[in-house]
Amino acid sequence: MTTTVDLQSKIPNNVGLSDDPKLQRALERWLPNYLEWWHDMGPTDFEDKPVYLRTAISVERGGWANYEHVRMPDYRWGIFLTPRDGDPTLKCGDDVGAPAWLDVPGEHRNALRRIIVTQADTEPASVEQQRLLGHSAPSLYDLRNLFQVNVEEGRHLWAMVYLLHKHFGRDGRDEADELLQRRSGDVDKPRILQAFNQPCDHWLSFFSFTMFTDRDGKFQLGALAESGFDPLARTTQFMLTEEAHHLFVGETGLGRIIQRSAELEKQDPNGDVRAQGGIDFDLIQRTINYWYTYSLDLFGGEISSNASNFFASGLKGRFHEGRFEDHKAIVGEYALKVVENGKLVVRDVPLRNAMNEILRDSYVTDCERAMAKWNKILVEFGSPRRLTLPSRRFHRHQGIYQGHFFNPAGEFISEEVFREHEPQWLLVPEDNDYLLSIMKPCYEPGKFANWIAPPRKGINSQPGEFEYVRL
Amino acid sequence: MDHPAATATARPAPVDFDVDSEQYHHWRVTFDGPVARLAMTVDPASPLREGYELKLNSYDLGVDIELADVIRRMRFEHPEVRVVMLTSGTDRVFCAGANINMLGLSTHAWKVNFCKFTNETRCEIEEATKSSNQVYLAACNGTTAGGGYELALACEEIYLQDDGNSAVSLPEVPLLGVLPGTGGLTRLVDKRMVRRDRADVFSTTAEGMRGKKAVAWGLVDAVYPRSKFEEKTAERAKAWVAKASKDLAPGERKGVKLPALAPEVDETGRRYKYVTLAYDTSARTASLTIQAPTQADVDIVKKGVDAIYAAGAELWALRVYRELDDALLHLRVNHYDLGLILVRAVGDAQLTLDHDAALVSVKDQHWFVREVLLHMGRVLRRMDNTSRSFFALGDGGTAFAGNLAELAFAADRFYVLDDPDQPVKIGLSEFNEGGLPMHNGRTRLQTRFIGEPETLEALIGMRELLDPEPADDAGLVTMVFDDIDWEDDIRIAIEERVSLSPDALTGMEQNLRFAGPESPESKIYARLTAWQNWIFIRPNATGPEGALTLYGRPERPQFDWNRV
Repeated sequence: MTTTVDLQSKIPNNVGLSDDPKLQRALERWLPNYLEWWHDMGPTDFEDKPVYLRTAISVERGGWANYEHVRMPDYRWGIFLTPRDGDPTLKCGDDVGAPAWLDVPGEHRNALRRIIVTQADTEPASVEQQRLLGHSAPSLYDLRNLFQVNVEEGRHLWAMVYLLHKHFGRDGRDEADELLQRRSGDVDKPRILQAFNQPCDHWLSFFSFTMFTDRDGKFQLGALAESGFDPLARTTQFMLTEEAHHLFVGETGLGRIIQRSAELEKQDPNGDVRAQGGIDFDLIQRTINYWYTYSLDLFGGEISSNASNFFASGLKGRFHEGRFEDHKAIVGEYALKVVENGKLVVRDVPLRNAMNEILRDSYVTDCERAMAKWNKILVEFGSPRRLTLPSRRFHRHQGIYQGHFFNPAGEFISEEVFREHEPQWLLVPEDNDYLLSIMKPCYEPGKFANWIAPPRKGINSQPGEFEYVRL
Repeated sequence: MDHPAATATARPAPVDFDVDSEQYHHWRVTFDGPVARLAMTVDPASPLREGYELKLNSYDLGVDIELADVIRRMRFEHPEVRVVMLTSGTDRVFCAGANINMLGLSTHAWKVNFCKFTNETRCEIEEATKSSNQVYLAACNGTTAGGGYELALACEEIYLQDDGNSAVSLPEVPLLGVLPGTGGLTRLVDKRMVRRDRADVFSTTAEGMRGKKAVAWGLVDAVYPRSKFEEKTAERAKAWVAKASKDLAPGERKGVKLPALAPEVDETGRRYKYVTLAYDTSARTASLTIQAPTQADVDIVKKGVDAIYAAGAELWALRVYRELDDALLHLRVNHYDLGLILVRAVGDAQLTLDHDAALVSVKDQHWFVREVLLHMGRVLRRMDNTSRSFFALGDGGTAFAGNLAELAFAADRFYVLDDPDQPVKIGLSEFNEGGLPMHNGRTRLQTRFIGEPETLEALIGMRELLDPEPADDAGLVTMVFDDIDWEDDIRIAIEERVSLSPDALTGMEQNLRFAGPESPESKIYARLTAWQNWIFIRPNATGPEGALTLYGRPERPQFDWNRV
């Protein structure tokens, strides 16, 4: 290549990039492909617009949150590891307490690569899923949030690619290249996980995605932050700070829609939200059912030897592993409802084999908390309606409930009954048509589309009329 | 009181190899002119034994018994088929290989017999491709792991879906601490001729390889995108139909049905039309008696191919070898305790030679005759590979001649009675000189006389029947006893044999039966299988902390790091 990219000025980092010519060479080769991918698959038509974005430039206090208007292709995608005091140790598994690995142990090389590639693949996938949403944004505030999420998913890809380049040799570079070749929803080159191939073509889905699907990311990253492969633990720890914003976007976005629908319900003489151009609660519930269940799939099989191996060898812990007392988990069992001969029965599964389910438990609890918050909004705004989370057995495409039929309450039903009720339980094409019909862009500073309430507070405490995106 | 249910749990029902071809549990076969599509659709809820589920198109003996049945019937019942496209009817997974939970629950003997049968089935796929103008192609439309890739390796070409996810892999060594023992390692280097260092990398990379790299390394023949997979593999099938339609054996390409054998079965044995298997449990022996062809059987063959074709599944040469095959499989899987099999071919030796001469004279005139001969060869190879001692007993009324003499040459010893009151005749036909090869492609006589080429030379073309003494002089007999000694010597030989270590005998017999050069096929049984069976009993695989034992369990394997 004839052009030399000055990586150091473009890529804020605390990994000693300027002193690591090998890593520089690898990233130098990868960077043009990444920019090309961003151009082809990133948000459409907004490349030249300055966006009020937060950029992480250091791991110092406050260093991760520097706000300024930048064009997205000029965003400085950095590489950061959370600093570590003292000598890290394995947090879980057979050898808990032994020194952590600063380099990839050969024994676990393939497993680690697989963990990292699977996580990495979700990052560009979500950018691809969301690329058209800018054209129907309900406000500049939301448009900015969308782009913030997008560039940070891009940075998370960088973080994972850094690990692949730095620690996995030629295989790692090949995998990094392939991350840019797969495409969300592409029949020939789909993304690895199914939820990341589902279309996300309106804002109700976007908020649901950032609420439910990105929340899987929070728990996966949290579990990987307990990894005995220290660079992975520190990378994911740093990613969690950004992920929190994505969850905020989703949770408050749905909250604002729920609030607005409650307001419109009250305004309408018949309590008809749709008559007022809003999003009715049945449709919101269907959307929750759809995205929540696809996101549950992301945690993997309920009974999993991979999960057991990852935990046993210290590659992946539980969420907040430090809060558990027993970090070996070699004794003990998990009572799991399984399907046997057409019935649900409780079976004891060895704890390690149930690690996916334990992580899913943490996730479900977190979603229930958000659900309670939304129902509080409904109370506050005087709506009689309440929203619920469906059972974790409902509408599953992965694990032991796949291939069986359950209603949202988690009761066994026949396929016939399921198909009959499907349009009431899950998104149907007409829902999309309706949502696209009401989701016209609203780009005037300080203004919001009719179907969503304004946020309580601006980004970085900016005033309501702030021009988050200069169009 | 009799409690049938309790009995059933204590002792599982014997395995039946004669399956209902109208109702496969695990396979869907569809036909489109010269192309058959064989889709693996394993029913997780129909395992052969209790205690495991056949998830992700994983297989057990029951799945493979059906596969073997499909392959056999394809040759006899669908001679119009030129290409069999082996694929999966299960989304995103071609085949995940042998079911690990099943292996974990199985006894050593069960594992060994399961592996042997699956190996024989894969060799049958290759034989159909090579000898029956029925080319098997693997359309791997999803994950192709372990035994799944080994199944694909048995096919002439392998096509893999290129979706960024579907990979071919042999994860046995890194994940389970055992070998890809269903021909995997052998076919990798000996059939596909993948470079050994690449094969080493591939066989220790649990996730396997996909896309262009799988093609570059010779692991698959082509990759096609998901959206074009059906179309591209159909094109390949078409091209292979053209190739496989050259040099076809003559005869109307209309199938011959293979009805169930329906033997009479009780606790003393199995009685078929031509074959009788009788158990002597207290002596740990079984008698296997094979009825030679009658004058009527010979007349049919002498009338020529139309009469042979019309006889169909009732043709002696087909029926008797199907029965023998079924008897051997039952011995292997349902009667571990019967260590010595006493083989008698009874009837008229001259008629057997007449039969063989007539059959050989029309062997190139009809596809059906060709299939019958190939089938005879397969059953004899099954006998070569059966880990039991075989003594052929040539006493009064026996007819070890021609194709039936192969039973004596496949046996570990051949005793013949020399008694003028009960004359015994032994003779050779063209079948002893070719057409019924061992796994290494050589005849049993070539193997027998590897150190005596002149003895073999003297026998070529000999078609007259021999009395016991000249047969002994010609090297065809282990020992000849007269009527005074026969009974005692045979009794002692049997009692001595069944007193020896069954393991040592299995090992000894398998080393003595296969003198001479190896072929990839014989290497699978002699080298790969032998190593696999050793690994299967090693603590690193099946000890309390072994990798196979602990697979799917929360504990990690603990290896004994010493090389043995």
